[in-house]
Amino acid sequence: MSIEYMGLSEINGPLIAIEGIKDGAYDEIVEITVDHKEKKIGRIVEMYKDKAVIQVFESTDNMSLTNCHTRLTGHPMEIGLSEGLLGRTFNGIGEPIDNLGPVIAETRRNVNGKPLNPVSREYPRNYIRTGISAIDGLTTLIRGQKLPIFSGNGLPHDQLAAQIVRQASLGENSDDEFAVVFAAMGVKYDVAEYFKKTFEESGVSSHVCMFLNLANDPVVERLITPKVALTAAEYLAFEKGMHILVILTDMTSFAEAMREVSSSKGEIPSRKGYPGYLYSELATIYERAGIVNGSTGSVTQIPILTMPNDDITHPIPDLTGYITEGQIVLDRSLNGKGIYPPINVLPSLSRLMKDGIGEGFTREDHQDVANQLFSSYAKVGEARALASVIGEDELSPLDRKYREFGKAFEEKFVGQGFNENRTIQETLDLGWELLKLIPRSELDRINTKILDKYYPVVEN
Amino acid sequence: MNNSEVIYGINGPVVYIKGPTEFKMAEMVYVGKEHLVGEVIALSKDMTTIQVFEETTGLKPGEEVISTHDAICVTLAPGILTNIFDGIERPLAEIAKNSGAYINRGVNVDSLDMEKNWQVHMIISPGTYVEGGSIIAEVPETRAITHKVMIPPDLEGTIESVVEDGEYNITLTLAVLRLRDGSTRNLTMMQKWPIRIPRPIKNRFPANAPLITGQRILDTLFPIAKGGTAAVPGGFGTGKTMTQHQIAKWSDADIIVYIGCGERGNEMTQVLEDFSKLVDPKSGNPLMDRTVLIANTSNMPVAAREASIYTGITLAEYYRDMGYDVAIMADSTSRWAEALRELSGRLEEMPAEEGFPAYLASRLSAFYERAGMAENLNGTNGSVSIIGAVSPQGGDFSEPVTQNTKRFVRCFWGLDKSLAYARHFPAIHWLTSYSEYLNDLSPWYNSHVGPNFMECRNQIVALLNQESSLMEIVKLIGSDVLPDDQKLVLEIARVIRLGFLQQNAFHPEDTCVPLEKQLKMMEVILYLYKRSRELINMGMPVSVLKEDDIFEKVISIKYDVPNNRLNMMGDYFKAIDDFYDGVIARN
Repeated sequence: MSIEYMGLSEINGPLIAIEGIKDGAYDEIVEITVDHKEKKIGRIVEMYKDKAVIQVFESTDNMSLTNCHTRLTGHPMEIGLSEGLLGRTFNGIGEPIDNLGPVIAETRRNVNGKPLNPVSREYPRNYIRTGISAIDGLTTLIRGQKLPIFSGNGLPHDQLAAQIVRQASLGENSDDEFAVVFAAMGVKYDVAEYFKKTFEESGVSSHVCMFLNLANDPVVERLITPKVALTAAEYLAFEKGMHILVILTDMTSFAEAMREVSSSKGEIPSRKGYPGYLYSELATIYERAGIVNGSTGSVTQIPILTMPNDDITHPIPDLTGYITEGQIVLDRSLNGKGIYPPINVLPSLSRLMKDGIGEGFTREDHQDVANQLFSSYAKVGEARALASVIGEDELSPLDRKYREFGKAFEEKFVGQGFNENRTIQETLDLGWELLKLIPRSELDRINTKILDKYYPVVEN
Repeated sequence: MNNSEVIYGINGPVVYIKGPTEFKMAEMVYVGKEHLVGEVIALSKDMTTIQVFEETTGLKPGEEVISTHDAICVTLAPGILTNIFDGIERPLAEIAKNSGAYINRGVNVDSLDMEKNWQVHMIISPGTYVEGGSIIAEVPETRAITHKVMIPPDLEGTIESVVEDGEYNITLTLAVLRLRDGSTRNLTMMQKWPIRIPRPIKNRFPANAPLITGQRILDTLFPIAKGGTAAVPGGFGTGKTMTQHQIAKWSDADIIVYIGCGERGNEMTQVLEDFSKLVDPKSGNPLMDRTVLIANTSNMPVAAREASIYTGITLAEYYRDMGYDVAIMADSTSRWAEALRELSGRLEEMPAEEGFPAYLASRLSAFYERAGMAENLNGTNGSVSIIGAVSPQGGDFSEPVTQNTKRFVRCFWGLDKSLAYARHFPAIHWLTSYSEYLNDLSPWYNSHVGPNFMECRNQIVALLNQESSLMEIVKLIGSDVLPDDQKLVLEIARVIRLGFLQQNAFHPEDTCVPLEKQLKMMEVILYLYKRSRELINMGMPVSVLKEDDIFEKVISIKYDVPNNRLNMMGDYFKAIDDFYDGVIARN
C-alpha cells in the first residue's frame, strides 16, 4: 500500500527535499531507491505541509532530482534486537557487515529511546574493578555511571579503553553476565581494527557487539550510531539482565557531524559553530546510562573524546563534563614522560565514587587515602612551580619530600603496565607506601584512627 | 470562536501553524493526536509558532492543535510537598505507574492526587468578608507543614457557607463565596496560577535576617538573607550540586523547592533517596516532608526545561503566601539559559553574545526579582530565597550567563577549580566571592549570635587577604625569607582554611554547624593568633611554635567538639594559654 514518490526537489550535501508528500511524520525514516538499484535510508528532519527535508544516512552521490524513488516507512528509526547481537559487527546504522546474515530479531525498538523517569532510576552504588590504580583508587568507576575519557590526538586512550574492557570485573558477585557494546563514530580503520583484535585476543569477542562507522563512512550515519548502540545496550541490560559496558569513540566526531549537518540545514550557529541543541543532543546519549529499578542489569558508559587542541574548555568536552558523572583526563606531559596510562588525576573525578567505595564495598580507608593523595599531589605542583623559580637546591626539606612523592606517585601509582591488573588492596597499599614518603603531620585529610592503623607513629 | 487549527510545519520542538489564528500569546495548547502539551510563543499574520514540551517524533502536518484558552498553569493544593514533578508539574511517580520506567508522550495525568482525602480544619465562618489571599482552612499536609487554603488572589466577597471540619479531597467545595457582583463561587482547596506571572503581594521588605545554612563559609563569610538571591557559579566538578544539596538539607527555610533543570538523572534519584532518609534536625521529620522536587533532566524535552524554573518559583510563591520561608535551589540556571538559546535558534532569532538571545538578561532579572521578603495579601510574612547554580562554559566567569546573573543577585559564591582539584570543599573561593547582605545582616548577627560576631568575621577575612598577598611573594622566592610575623600569618591562615573553611559534608558533626559554634571556632582561632603573635613579638621563631600540636588541635575542633557540647570550647582557650606558658618556660 505504500506510495512511492518520484524525484526530489533539492539536494544539498546530505540533505534532500521532497514536495507533495502526504502523511509524512517528523523524524520518520524513509527509503530512497536510486536508479532502481541502490537503496539508501534517510530521516525526515523538517516537515512543512507537504514538503519534507530529509537527511540521508549515506552519501548523496549519484542521486539526481529525477532518478530517486522515495517510500515512507511509517515509523522512526528502529533496530531489531535479540541476544544474537553479541559477537556480531554492524555498520553505523545497525546493518550487519560481518557476512553472518541478519540477526533474528525478538523485538524492534525506536533508537531514539525515551527519557528514563528519575523516579524509576536506581542510584548506582556498586563499583567496577578495572585493575588500573589511577581509576580504581582515585576515580572509581561505578556500575551505571557515565565516565568519559578526555584525551587528545596521539594519546593512548584506545589502549586505556581496551585495557578497561579486558580487565573490568564486577568483583565478588561476578556470576552476573557482563558484555560490551562498542560504538565507533568516525574512527580510523586502524583504531577499529585495534579494538577488534584486542577483543579477539582476550577472548571476549563473543560478548562484544560492535557498531562501526569509520572515518570514511557517511557523516550523517554517525549521528545515529551511538543511539543504535545504546538501544542495543538498554535491551541487553534491562531486559536480559546483563551488565553492559558501552564504549563510545570518538564523541568529537559525533559533534563534528552534528555541526556539519546543522550548517547545511542553514541553522543559526551558537558556540564555535555548533548548533544550539548540542547540549541536549549529547545529554540524550549520555543520560541513557544507568540502572532501572527492579532490573538486575546496568548500562555503564565510557565515552572517549579527543579534545581539540587539548583544550578542556572547548564546547565538546565542556558540555560533556556537565552531563557526565566525572571524567578521566589524559595528559600530554605525563605521556611525554613515558608514563602509561597518562592520567592526570587532579582534573579527573568520579562523582559517584563516594557512595560506592569504603567499608562494605572496597576498604574502609579508600576515601581518606584518595582525598589525601589528591591533596598531596596538588601540593607537588606548588613545589615544582617554586623549584622552577628558585632552583631545586633552595627548596625547603618539606618541599623536596613533596617532589620526591610526586615523582613516585606518577611512576608507581599512576604508571602501570598495559597488562598489569592490580587489585583494590594492592592499589590502596601502594597509596599508603607513597604517603609514607611525606611526614605524618602533613596528612590532614585522613581520620586519625585510620592513620594510626595504616601509618603508625614510629618512635625513634 | 475557532478552537482548533492544523499543523503546517515541524522543526524539532517547534511547531508552526499557517495563517492568522485565534490563539493568544503564552496560551497552552494540545498538539497532535497524542495531545502533546505546547505553548504559543509567537504570533504573526502569517504564522503562529508553538513550542512543544514533549518529543515531537511522529507528528505530522495536518494534525490538530487544540486551544485551551488558558496560559500554562500550575495546580496549587495540598499534595505538592514530598512530590517529584517534571517541568510542567506532571507527577513523575504517577507517570511511572502509567507508562513504566520510561516517560511516554502525551501522558495525561493530574498534577495532584484528586482522590486523596485530607483532614480539613475550617477557620472561617459564614458572613465574613474575605479578600484574595485570606486563609479559609488549614490542612496538615505533612508532619512538618500545615497547608493553608487561601482565597485565589483575584477574588473577594462574603463567605456564604462553609462545610464542617472533616476529610475532603481537593476537588470538593469547602466554602461558597458571594462575589461583589452577586454571583457565587464554590471554593475548593485547589487553585490554578499561570507560571510566568508572579503571585501578587502587599508589600516588600528589605532583608533583615539570614538564611542559616549551617555551612561556615556561607553563614560567616558570605551570608544570604531570607528573601535574598545568590548565585553559585563553577565549572564541572567544583561542587555546585553538592553546595545546593547541603543548603537544601540544612538551611532553616520552612520549605525547599529543588529544581533539577537540565541536570543528571542520577542526581535527582540521589536527592530522592537521601532526603527521604535524612531527618530534619529541627523538626525530627524526614527532610522530604518539607521538600518538593522539580526534575527536568537533561534528556527530557528542552521546552519543559525552560518552563521548569517558572513552575518551581510559582510553587514557592504559593507557600510564601501562606507565611512560610521558602528557599529555591535552581540547578542549573545555565541549562535554562541554554534552553532559551536552543529555542531561540530554532525560531531563527538574531543571536546576541555567544548565541544567546538578546532577551537573556531581562529573563534572568525577571526570575531573580521574584525572590524577596514580603508581606502577603493576608497579612502574613513570608519569603522566597533563590539560590541559582550557574555552569559557566569552560569554567570561565566572563561568559554571558554568569555576567548577567551577577548583575541581578546580591550574593556570589564563586567556586574555584584549583580548590576543587586539591579537594578543598566547599570549593567556594574567599577572594572572588562576596555578599551584599553583610551590612543588612550585621545587626542581626550581633544581637542574635554575639556582639563580636562581625568583628571576628572581619578579622578572619583580613587574615585570608593578607595570606593571599603573602603567597604572591612565596610563589616567587619561597617562604623561608619571610619575617616570622608574616610566617605566622601563613600558619594561622592555614588553620582558617583547613579548620574553618573546609567543611566535610559526609561527617555527621561537621555537615551542619550552628552559628554559636562558628563564632566560638573563630574566637579560638583568633585567640591562638593573638597569643602566638605575642610570642613572636618576644622574638620566638615560628618553628618553636610549631613544636606544639596546638595548631593541629585547633584545626580538628570541627570534628572533636560535638555541636551540642560547645562548653568544651573553653578547654581550648586554656590549652592555648598552656601552650603559651609552655613555650615561655622552655625558651
